[in-house]
Amino acid sequence: MNYVSRFYYQYRRVIKALQLYLLIAGPGLIVMIADNDAGGITTYAATGAKFGYALIWFLVLLGPVAYYVQEMTVRLGAVTKHGHAEAIFAAFGPFWGWFSLLDLSLVNWLTLITEFIGMTAALSIFNIPPVITVAIVVGIMMFMVVQGRYWTWEKLAMFFCLLNLVYIPAAFMVHPSVGSILQKGIIPNFPGGITAMLIFFLMANIGTTIAPWMIFFQQSAVVDKGMGKKDIPWGKLDTLLGAVFTVVVAIFIVIVTGTVLYGMEISSAAQASTTMMGTYPLVGTLLAIGLFDAGLLGAICISLASSWAFGEVFGWAHSLNKRIREAPWFYAYYFFAIITAGLVVLIPNAPLVLITLFVQVIAVTLLPAALVFLILLLNNEEIMGEYRNTTVQNVVSIAIVIGIIALSTLYAFSVLFPELFA
Amino acid sequence: MEKMDPTGKSESSEGRSDSFLAKQFSKFTEINKKYAKPQITMTPMVRIALLGLRIYLIVLVLVLVYKFYTLIRT
Repeated sequence: MNYVSRFYYQYRRVIKALQLYLLIAGPGLIVMIADNDAGGITTYAATGAKFGYALIWFLVLLGPVAYYVQEMTVRLGAVTKHGHAEAIFAAFGPFWGWFSLLDLSLVNWLTLITEFIGMTAALSIFNIPPVITVAIVVGIMMFMVVQGRYWTWEKLAMFFCLLNLVYIPAAFMVHPSVGSILQKGIIPNFPGGITAMLIFFLMANIGTTIAPWMIFFQQSAVVDKGMGKKDIPWGKLDTLLGAVFTVVVAIFIVIVTGTVLYGMEISSAAQASTTMMGTYPLVGTLLAIGLFDAGLLGAICISLASSWAFGEVFGWAHSLNKRIREAPWFYAYYFFAIITAGLVVLIPNAPLVLITLFVQVIAVTLLPAALVFLILLLNNEEIMGEYRNTTVQNVVSIAIVIGIIALSTLYAFSVLFPELFA
Repeated sequence: MEKMDPTGKSESSEGRSDSFLAKQFSKFTEINKKYAKPQITMTPMVRIALLGLRIYLIVLVLVLVYKFYTLIRT
């Protein structure tokens, strides 16, 4: 009897903890899974096609990197109750504030265009014209916010996160050799030696792991959700699970393309999907659906990151818990960013490849600043109190930030001056 | 009745657009004033980090300008 009652007590405890987690879950999972956006999917697909399973170990290492950076935004948002843009203005003054806000809006808008490029390419595989794709996306994004409830938006976003897992069944369908994956992918190795091409791919994978919008998005989402200091452990767990999911999805994409397209030159996820249609039609279809979903998730989060940032600084009502008439400027910016980015993709002969390359360069002007501000804020006792970084956290996060800044800067240089890396 | 000036513009609509622009401009001034004094304590670590960031951004902008210049030349 005693054993039964103890078991029941433990069972109730687990259920209550799970219920509590489900209430808090959201920002961490969404930001991490949205990190696998259209650009990310393309990078992973190209990595698998180029190096097979050989770089899976590197993707595993990127999980903790993403977690350590994003976990800091949870603490900062929960303690200060300010988004990252407002926190920069308040802590570092108008010069750095305006620089971050304007750079963020430019980088985000350009990244939004790349999400639309991915989404239109994905649906064109099903003969859906780009104009219809743009209309569908705008419709979905309008539907998500029109209720005026953060909860509704978050649960719909989490549904799209679940759809991002289509790469897992796709990987099983191509029957990869588990032995080969473990043998080639788990032990760190540099296929073909440390070549310029390998370094380029490593830098590209890091570049897709941490983007400036993620820092701004998660901190604002934590504030909008109303998370406080007591919710920090759950927010960390949410971010950790998100980091695990994002790495798992990335690995399964590499497994798919590494099994079927190994040795081919893949320049986009849409191309990988079309090529796959010849031998594995269902897998090709799943890849296309996944690409559309990835672009949509990215677009949802990126446009919100900008709207929240402007709302915080300009003092507009800026919550998803408000209806459109209650927060008109917040939603006006949200729709302005989406619609104009969508329209750019519809312009005949628009320089979309140039825009895609330009994003990677411009992002490097913002990422170091956002990361350095994050570390400085997290070390300020007046702002963070007992939640400031510990010595161990500082050693790890500063090493990660220096690594990200160095590699993303090198990546931008390789895009600007490819002849240097030839 | 709205007064019309010789160019045919209505004074009240011009006044409205002036006040709209003035309102937007004053918003920027208000934000600058609100955040004029940085909250963070300027320790040596903070100063070095901000100086490093400034140098990094200046170098990056110079590289971008150089790339733009070489692109135009070709």
